[in-house]
Amino acid sequence: MRIFDYFRNTKKETASIAKERLQIIVAHERSQRNQPDYLPKLQQELLAVIRKYVEIEQDDIDVQIDKNGDCSVLELNITLPG
Amino acid sequence: MAKIIVVTSGKGGVGKTTSSAAISSGLAMRGKKTAVIDFDIGLRNLDLIMNCERRVVYDFVNVINGEATLRQALIKDKRCPNLFILPASQTRDKDALSQEGVEKVLLELADDGFEFIICDSPAGIEHGAFMALYFADAAIVVANPEVSSVRDSDRILGILQSKSRAAEQGKTVEEMLLLTRYNPERVAKGEMLGVEDVEEILATKLLGVIPESETVLKASNQGTPVIHDEDSPAGQAYADAVARLLGEEVEHRFIAVEQKGLFSRLFRRSA
Repeated sequence: MRIFDYFRNTKKETASIAKERLQIIVAHERSQRNQPDYLPKLQQELLAVIRKYVEIEQDDIDVQIDKNGDCSVLELNITLPG
Repeated sequence: MAKIIVVTSGKGGVGKTTSSAAISSGLAMRGKKTAVIDFDIGLRNLDLIMNCERRVVYDFVNVINGEATLRQALIKDKRCPNLFILPASQTRDKDALSQEGVEKVLLELADDGFEFIICDSPAGIEHGAFMALYFADAAIVVANPEVSSVRDSDRILGILQSKSRAAEQGKTVEEMLLLTRYNPERVAKGEMLGVEDVEEILATKLLGVIPESETVLKASNQGTPVIHDEDSPAGQAYADAVARLLGEEVEHRFIAVEQKGLFSRLFRRSA
């Protein structure tokens, strides 16, 4: 009996995998939730402008708006190649 | 003043209509004048669960369009004298629910002395679901202990706090979590998310945990809301949830694995 228990405990329970996955996706979706509607389009247009000069991928650009009290900060992160 | 409560979930098939039927019946059994409205235009089912499908003459959209009075459309429940059902329209499309029309019906119900108005939301996040939650004072978010349901619940909570009328007025909608189809044995084995896990992820007050039970299907087969089955754990769990809704402190049951008695333990192999 003990030896079976040992094997069972070494394998991760599926419920804890579910919990971890949910915590990650829910946190990600919450961070996007209060973003203004124009953000995806802004991201697309910024991408187009930068691509005139440097070849970057869609994933290389990250646009976020953070609210701090009564002012908002537009945060722009672009990873350039090489 | 009427309290408007939306029963919502985002995901379909988690038990919104079953819960709407049980909770509205429970409130009426506790002496509260209650109306339950089916917002699932085109796919009405609350009438079947409440066993009044053959008594539907006029529906929600008829009332909104002025083709019938609210009094004509409301169906009086055969079991609870304080309970009235407003069925969804089966023929129209969901856009037939105008915001002004829904507001007019809710105001008229409140004027008629209804204490609770339960809005049974359709699945999804489209117009019907939006109309069901827009005027809500409180929301019962129904979830199953399963990844897609929990994620959709979080999404619907976000919509409640940003798109509802209360949110537009700078107020918050009271949120309550109702976890259904819960199986304590599977939770103990690590095969199913536990109550604490879901509570932690959604950060929402727990209204109740409804154990997975055969009696729920039996109840819907017969059109008797499961809360009327007082011997069933699911029925008892709904009754507890209704008591909490009325502000009573009731301890949560059916969360832990039930300790089997000596008799069933002795005979478990033959069972």
